[in-house]
Amino acid sequence: MSDEYREMWRELGLDLEAHDQLLAVLGQAYKDIFLGQPNRPQGMQYFDFVVSQVHGLRIKELVEGKKKGRKVVGSYCVFVPEELVLAAGATLVGLCAGADFATEQVERYLPRNTCALIKSTFGFKLGKVCPYLESADLIVGENTCDGKKKSYEIFAGLVERFHLMDLPQVKSPQGRRLMKAEIARLRGVLEELTGNPVTAESLKAGIETVNRKRRALLRLYQLRAHRPAPISGLDALLISQISFYDDPGRFSDAVERLCDELEERVQRGEGVFPADAPRVLISGCPMAVPNWKLPWVIEGSGAVIVGEESCVGMRGIANLVEPQSDDLDEMLEALVERYLQIDCAVFTPNPGRRDKVREMFRQYRADGVIHYALQFCQPYQIESLPLEQRLQEEGIPVLRLETDYSPEDLEQLKTRVQAFLEMLS
Amino acid sequence: MKGPAPAPRRRPAPAGGGGLLAGLDIGSRSLELVLMQEGELLDYRRLPTTYDPLGQCRRILEGLKWDRLVATGYGRELAANHLDCDTLTEIQAHALGARHLFPHCRGVLDIGGQDTKAMALSPQGRVVKFEMNDRCAAGTGKFLEFMATGLQVPLEEFGRFALEGAPGVEINSMCTVFAESEATSLMARGRPPADIALALHRAVIKRALAMLRRVGVSPPVVFSGGAALNRCLVELLRREFEGEVLVPPRPEAVGALGAALFAGRD
Repeated sequence: MSDEYREMWRELGLDLEAHDQLLAVLGQAYKDIFLGQPNRPQGMQYFDFVVSQVHGLRIKELVEGKKKGRKVVGSYCVFVPEELVLAAGATLVGLCAGADFATEQVERYLPRNTCALIKSTFGFKLGKVCPYLESADLIVGENTCDGKKKSYEIFAGLVERFHLMDLPQVKSPQGRRLMKAEIARLRGVLEELTGNPVTAESLKAGIETVNRKRRALLRLYQLRAHRPAPISGLDALLISQISFYDDPGRFSDAVERLCDELEERVQRGEGVFPADAPRVLISGCPMAVPNWKLPWVIEGSGAVIVGEESCVGMRGIANLVEPQSDDLDEMLEALVERYLQIDCAVFTPNPGRRDKVREMFRQYRADGVIHYALQFCQPYQIESLPLEQRLQEEGIPVLRLETDYSPEDLEQLKTRVQAFLEMLS
Repeated sequence: MKGPAPAPRRRPAPAGGGGLLAGLDIGSRSLELVLMQEGELLDYRRLPTTYDPLGQCRRILEGLKWDRLVATGYGRELAANHLDCDTLTEIQAHALGARHLFPHCRGVLDIGGQDTKAMALSPQGRVVKFEMNDRCAAGTGKFLEFMATGLQVPLEEFGRFALEGAPGVEINSMCTVFAESEATSLMARGRPPADIALALHRAVIKRALAMLRRVGVSPPVVFSGGAALNRCLVELLRREFEGEVLVPPRPEAVGALGAALFAGRD
């Protein structure tokens, strides 16, 4: 695809040489990790195609949309409401932050002991290798953890247009007021960017589109509760990752089609792993594309991942925007309600997350929980200790891991994961 | 990035229970092989790992016959890819081996060439929790080897040498590189090398104890791995750990023993 899209990438300002290298590495990793999996569902072909066109066809769609006036908004977090972006007539893309890139340049801007996700955000920008980021007319950042909050101060100066959402840290009436005010402020920014007012009609359509996407993903999650699991955790994670940048309508169609197929598999008792394979629930930090390291280690060791309590996973898709209404204010209120329910570790206290892990563990018939924290991600690292203790008190086996995007600790990770799986069997 | 190949399914156990069971522990520094039949030790071999672990695996197995082979240690997948064998992590292998030698033990501390592991066992002997040092080899056998070289003491003598040291010196850093510079400045200040050696051993044990406490080990605990051959480490662990410390006669063979025992399981 390279030649066909080179001109487009050049116009977007990508560093073509570095970008070629990135695509080559990604292509190889994808082949090694995904294409060799046994018994993949037919429905994965759509997602394989989307990945093969990740910097091609999808970017072309965005660029063509831009020519017709449809703005592109980029974000790095599940707190940025896609419903509102769609209602303002723009497209939201979740930006990639799942691989180390241009590390030496990044360390001119950030301390070395910054989490891999934030460093990657900078790396893709400084290395000029992300066409999504370069297509974006506006980047919406968010005050979640300290690392993001402070690094956005620097990042804002690297991109053309930047807006920061100030998010609450406590789920209190005051926190709720802040969330409401920030959603209203974002609405104003989006309306100004696109020139389109957010109306009751457009917001309703936006909510329906995103609810449909979440419903489709929730259906996929439910199917993973079956034994044997009809789809691998790697494939399910990939679908969650793709949900951040694919066209939402087309994406939902593809997920629904896949789920139809998986339902048939379930009826036939067919799965991707043997029925007695250990079942693992992952909980913790987001795994942004193309971060497949830990799931690859887990499933490569013979276990199947049956759920992700993660931003790229259940934390991002749980809870629909309800109730449906025709009143703009009521709908905005429902948005506030939905987004305030996200069980992110930046909230204090955050008991909802613990409940969610427990609920998912039971619902997806997991045998154990692997807690995944990125190194230097304080909110999740700190939360993992009491979480582990609580789960263990309830007899739920937990393995706590800390890692980053580099492959240097693969062997140690494998030993830990395999020892944990031996404990479960 | 290159990653793990899917784990092979276990081969069936040899019929009749009287089979020849081999356990091979491929560590970063040495390989150990245990051959068993009906619970009896038939053969024990040890070789350095060198830069050619697979070649050494073949060498250590030379002339041997077995019905089932289980590989453990960091080289287990290398072995699984080239030899007809199953794999087991060193965490389970040390737990099985320790439990076989000391059926009442409730924890294991394994200090090997590049990893330190602490495991808590249930009364029935199952691993209930474990910890392992991450990507850095701080506080492992490698650390001591490095420091012994720095103090110009043969590794085999290092423990005895350190036992002659007087307390009162602290090494604070667990990073091999930083600890070496700490040791260097202590030497420059005229501290006797034996005192520094003792401090280095104390640092290793301090770290190991922290790991044992984090996993919540109850006594008695088995000290296994090549580092348990070091008399100073054993002495310090016995002094500092709240409870009985058991050291098998061949602590470095516990992983291979566990692997051989696993080979006999259905």
